[in-house]
Amino acid sequence: MEFLSDAVVLSRMQFALTAIFHMLWPVLTTGMAIYLVIVEGLWVKTRKPEYYHHARFWSKLYVLNFGIGVASGLPMEFQFGTNWAPFSEAVGDFFGSILGFEASMAFMLEAGFLGIMLFGWSRVPPIVHYLATIMVAFGANLSTFWILVANSWLQTPAGGDFINGKFVVADYFQAILNPFMVNSVLHMFFATLETSLFVIGGISAWYMLKRRHTAFFAMSFKIVLAAAIAVTPIQIAIGHLSAEQVRHYQPSKLAAMEAQWEDIPAGSTADWSLVSLPSNKTESNRFEIKVPQGLGYVLEFKSTLSEPIRGLKSWSQRDRPHAIGLIYYAFRIMSGIGFALAGLMLVSVVQWLRGKLVAGAIADQKWLLRGWLFAAPLGYIAVESGWIVRCVGRQPWTVYGELRTADMASNLPAGEILASLTGFAVLYSVLFVTTLYFASRIIVKGPNLELPIPAVALKPGVEIEPADHEPNRRPTEAQQ
Amino acid sequence: MDALQHFLPQVWFVILGLFLFLYITLDGFDLGVGILSLTASTEARRSILMTSLGNVWDANETWLVLMGGALFGAFPLAYGTILTALYIPAVVMIVGLILRAVAFEFRENADRKTIWNLAFGIGSFLAALGQGFALGSVFEGIRVDGAGHFVGGIWDWLSWRSILVALTLIQGYVLIGSTYLVMKTTDGLQQTYVKTAKLAALTTLAGAIFITTSTPIFYEQVRLHLFSPPLLYVFGAIPVLGLLLVGLLWRSLTRGEERSPFVWTVLIFLLSFLGLGLIIFPYVIPPSITIYQAAASPSSLVFMIIFMGFLIPIMLFYNIYNYVVFRGKVTEAHD
Ligand code: HDD
Ligand code: HEM
Ligand code: HEM
Repeated sequence: MEFLSDAVVLSRMQFALTAIFHMLWPVLTTGMAIYLVIVEGLWVKTRKPEYYHHARFWSKLYVLNFGIGVASGLPMEFQFGTNWAPFSEAVGDFFGSILGFEASMAFMLEAGFLGIMLFGWSRVPPIVHYLATIMVAFGANLSTFWILVANSWLQTPAGGDFINGKFVVADYFQAILNPFMVNSVLHMFFATLETSLFVIGGISAWYMLKRRHTAFFAMSFKIVLAAAIAVTPIQIAIGHLSAEQVRHYQPSKLAAMEAQWEDIPAGSTADWSLVSLPSNKTESNRFEIKVPQGLGYVLEFKSTLSEPIRGLKSWSQRDRPHAIGLIYYAFRIMSGIGFALAGLMLVSVVQWLRGKLVAGAIADQKWLLRGWLFAAPLGYIAVESGWIVRCVGRQPWTVYGELRTADMASNLPAGEILASLTGFAVLYSVLFVTTLYFASRIIVKGPNLELPIPAVALKPGVEIEPADHEPNRRPTEAQQ
Repeated sequence: MDALQHFLPQVWFVILGLFLFLYITLDGFDLGVGILSLTASTEARRSILMTSLGNVWDANETWLVLMGGALFGAFPLAYGTILTALYIPAVVMIVGLILRAVAFEFRENADRKTIWNLAFGIGSFLAALGQGFALGSVFEGIRVDGAGHFVGGIWDWLSWRSILVALTLIQGYVLIGSTYLVMKTTDGLQQTYVKTAKLAALTTLAGAIFITTSTPIFYEQVRLHLFSPPLLYVFGAIPVLGLLLVGLLWRSLTRGEERSPFVWTVLIFLLSFLGLGLIIFPYVIPPSITIYQAAASPSSLVFMIIFMGFLIPIMLFYNIYNYVVFRGKVTEAHD
């Protein structure tokens, strides 16, 4: 257990642990916020009570995840200082300002309007409420934008130079528009959307399988299915573009993603490895199942490669990632899920076109609905895998090609980090289990379709009826 | 150029001061209410306490996140050094804030609320404690080498003076929390918090007096800094004004006024804050690294002012709107 006394390794473990757990909650809240904007918009437009009840029901799950997202995000903000002080000093000029923009533009916007969105139904006119919902969604997605600007810059630093190990910005816009930025933001944006769509779809499918509120949940099911028609293929396309940019800018990561040890010259063909056991010791893959000539098709849609690919062996051990197997499988899991979700979408659309999804018949589509239920957690797994490819594949660099992870950690006693790491591991595991428990309770309880529509009593300070009380359990607020 | 290199870090010192003040005041009453919830006698009362924060705690906490990001961008060296030096208080604060935040969401859905009540109260207390130690030890000074990197030990933040600051800050939070509750509640509950506010006013005052008098006695550098003419008058004025404000607070509580106690408390916070700011300026890592040494490059500071500066009024605007929408008393549910 040598690593337990290595401050760098412990700080890395702590960062990875907190990031992986933190990611679980924002993924749902950023994507679901857009869904809430859609259903509330439909309500404002059509005034059908069903849409209002959808907005109210899903926002219960939303707020649960939101609160835990905020809580789990806090250590992220301060860890750069506590555990990565040399990193903070080296890149603060740019990286720090971006985190500042994220907080001032995104977090504040979300937090400032969340109260109105959750508890303001009978205190502000519907249109103001709708505006608040839009602001919350906008803020969450701005946060995705800024944090991915920051992270992309770690992958492809641009817009300045490292002088004596410190990054000096020459051009902010070039740094923000670094080569990875556009694709990564889009890939993450669609990742949150896709994950949320399949969570909402999966939960709706569960109700229909149980034949509870079938007509009601057929509505949300169709909304997410319609959105998935666009989102699933787009995500695959952007994923492909991401792989191309990795190939171009981070060849060592691409080699790790493909567990490719030897160089491949331009103009030749290469097999695409589907399953294998990469070993960093022997610098080879022990057992392997390959698709002949597959790599060319995967990367360029043709059998030969127009540019050479560097194999892992062409870097010294010190200059390339070590966890090859992890990167290799994480990549395959993510893309596999991308295709699986697109496939599920296709099957569902075919059934829709055949008229099998009308409210009377949909609950009989048992296998289809089970498929959706099974797909609900897949988005999360893809997201986590994607981040593992991205962050672990970047090693041994924190800023690719510029700053080594090993030099970036604060000089702290290992015992201190071990203590906080253990604390966070316990705390986050408890949060994870508890969120699942309470989310499942909310789901088992189901929507409250008796909720009165707020438009009838718009003046602030109206006493809230007990029926309204039930889903939110807030004591009444009254005017003075 | 030279003027710019002085002016920009000063602007950011003020902006960061503003964020920190807003955080300490706003989340201060949240944390104060949280600590007070440990003593609430019934579940119904505790519900009222938590409801009074339901729509604001997140926005209030965000000022801290904002302050973290802005410190990182404007004074990268200070962000790294201070947080490394304060590793333990920072983790205690973070754990506290996590417990506090999740208590809101989980308690709402739980049948047995005890554990989340405790998470709310203890979380608030831990967060306040961590912040108190952090404030106290920054005030005490952080051991750094010539380049401003932390060279002290892991327990450096613990001293009898940082304990004193931590206790006083907790008292201050309890004070502002109870005056907030005086404003938001009615009847018996309100009376309880009038009493608590008076008690907390006394304990906070005692702590403040002790800190104010001991600082120049123990710290020669501060003494020289403070007891020379222009600043001397300012520092002479602060305790006098402080006593005056405490007097006004006391009177408003005795007269049963509802909103003015809160306003007076905010002013007391503001005054103490100005005092601290004047003592610390121009250092950002006392006692040796100034804001000029720790500042990011001028272009970066300008860029941040452009992006963040104009957002400050907008952020203030919708935060205030949020308070306006939810103004008024919180009363018990009619089940
Ligand atoms: C999907 C995009 C995404 C990604 C990749 C991250 N986050 Fe996050 N984060 C959010 C999306 C988000 C969010 C959706 O905007 C949250 C969840 C709930 C909330 O209020 O904001 C949030 C909350 C949140 C908070 C609390 C904000 C508050 O108090 O309001 C902090 C400090 C961070 N995050 C910091 C980080 C850092 C430093 C990350 C990188 C390592 C990170 N997040 C990755
Ligand atoms: C978007 C914002 C993010 C930023 C700025 C970021 C940055 C960093 C930094 C600075 C480190 C530590 C230094 C290093 O090991 O290179 C790191 C490591 C890591 N991060 Fe990220 N990260 C982000 C998001 C995420 C997310 C959301 C996940 C997972 C879901 C993740 C997974 C990891 C892992 C697994 C490591 C450890 C890698 C290793 O040490 O081998 N990251 N990241
Ligand atoms: C066939 C489908 C897919 C391909 C080819 C693909 C490709 C990639 C590649 C190459 C990366 C690494 C980028 C880097 O390291 O810079 C990546 C990252 C990532 N992927 Fe995918 N992906 C696919 C599907 C998905 C799906 C379905 C999701 C989630 C629903 C997802 C979520 C992510 C996330 C969150 C990241 C890290 C952040 C980012 O780069 O934006 N991916 N993907």
